[in-house]
Amino acid sequence: MSKTHVKFKLNGAAAEGMCEPRTLLVHFIRENLSITGTHIGCETTHCGACTVDLNGKSVKSCTLLAVQAQGADVVTIEGMANADGTLGALQEGFRQMHGLQCGYCTPGMIVRAHRLLKENPKPTDEEIRFGIAGNLCRCTGYQNIVKAIQHAAAKLRGEEYLEAAE
Amino acid sequence: MIPGTFEYHRPKSVAEAAKLLRKSKDGRVLAGGHSLLPMMKLRMTEPSALIDLGAIAALRGIKKTGTKLVIGAMTTQHELLASALVAKNLPILHETAILIADPQVRYVGTIGGNVANGDPGNDMPAVMMALDATYKIAGPTKARVVKARAFYKGSYETALKAGEIVTAIEIPVPGKHGFAYEKLKRKVGDYATAAAAVLITLKAGKIAACAIALTNLAPTPLLAEAAAAALVGRAPDDAAISAAVAAARKIMDPANDTRGTPAYRKSVGGIYVERAIKRAIARAAG
Ligand SMILES: Cc1cc2nc3c(=O)[nH]c(=O)nc-3n(C[C@H](O)[C@H](O)[C@H](O)COP(=O)(O)OP(=O)(O)OC[C@H]3O[C@@H](n4cnc5c(N)ncnc54)[C@H](O)[C@@H]3O)c2cc1C
Ligand code: FES
Ligand code: FES
Repeated sequence: MSKTHVKFKLNGAAAEGMCEPRTLLVHFIRENLSITGTHIGCETTHCGACTVDLNGKSVKSCTLLAVQAQGADVVTIEGMANADGTLGALQEGFRQMHGLQCGYCTPGMIVRAHRLLKENPKPTDEEIRFGIAGNLCRCTGYQNIVKAIQHAAAKLRGEEYLEAAE
Repeated sequence: MIPGTFEYHRPKSVAEAAKLLRKSKDGRVLAGGHSLLPMMKLRMTEPSALIDLGAIAALRGIKKTGTKLVIGAMTTQHELLASALVAKNLPILHETAILIADPQVRYVGTIGGNVANGDPGNDMPAVMMALDATYKIAGPTKARVVKARAFYKGSYETALKAGEIVTAIEIPVPGKHGFAYEKLKRKVGDYATAAAAVLITLKAGKIAACAIALTNLAPTPLLAEAAAAALVGRAPDDAAISAAVAAARKIMDPANDTRGTPAYRKSVGGIYVERAIKRAIARAAG
């Protein structure tokens, strides 16, 4: 099968490569572009570990073709740090609130939470739980993930988050 | 897991898409891909070509024309949830869309894909039957329309012919009414074990009009006509509701699968019909 030239913006910079139409976006990003922060958990659209932000939407990159991202604006976990390389608000929140244990789900969680907070800067805990329903975590029990996202939300609003991690 | 090989096309117009579809041997249109790509990964389907509808602007958007809401086939579940027109005119679509899958799937899954897919687990088809929606279809020769109530023929079998594309869904906007979509699922993001859509209009303390449809309780979505007839003309009391539930159970023919045995699913199916009727009545009265 002949290859197609795929080009899009990845974390603000131009990215391109050749791939077959059947190549999944997550494989293109990890294998063709060697940007490996995005994880593959189930590869069957269930776990959300592969979540990336595509044109302002959280999507599971194991269930999109790389060719569907032609010309798109894609952001992965590598795009979540501040411009000066320090931890972004969500990364800092996950660190402070122990929002991870093994860390496998974390890239997808953070990229999903990024879009959630863009759409809803002041979510309730319940809204956070509903908003991350497409992301599974086998370790934490979610309590500290919710707190991590609240920590980031507070910081982005210029407020202080006063709760302690579980 | 990756799909088998196929040719990929990304046309800019419906006419071009229809032409590509006609030319391909067993091509498929690609909408959100959240039913199709998982099936292709499992080799449950191996189309030789995918015609991606993603770049066709004419297939997107929601508008009200007269007494109808017209929804472009490529409108996503996320866009339905964000639409003030939907919230105001057809709140049952909001209630249904929010019970489909999870946020990521709703950002890309489309209403056209949901109604055209033919999986008895899809939620929108029963709702479209209850609302008496019409599907607008473009084809290799001429355009036609098919009623949702005449569209579903079997599991993954619909009235769509080779080369046809659903372009829009036209839904008559009901007057003041009560509605409910009640869905039993094992976890967030799961397909229905059983679900029911109900629309009810009350007049002078009696049920003046009613439509009931069922999801995943047979190889196709079902319009429960006898169940609705058991309510029309009667006061919304327990006796009438029990008669409707019994009539709905009679037509249920659910599969025996990981979501339960047919006996279990008929049992909970009836309970979800009852809940939906009661909630629709309360809203119609409110
Ligand atoms: C984890 C998960 C959970 C899910 N849970 C639910 C759920 O609870 N309820 C539910 O209803 N769905 C559920 N889905 C399915 C999801 O809603 C799909 O997005 C939807 O079924 C199909 O829409 P799509 O746009 O992704 O279509 P695609 O996957 O692109 O297409 C599906 C089929 O329809 C055909 N098709 C698509 N658009 C058209 C058109 N305009 N004209 C003609 N044919 C067309 C395609 O050729 C294909 O055969 C779930 C999916 C996942 C991955
Ligand atoms: S790897 Fe994509 S959803 Fe699990
Ligand atoms: S931290 Fe291990 S899966 Fe979430």
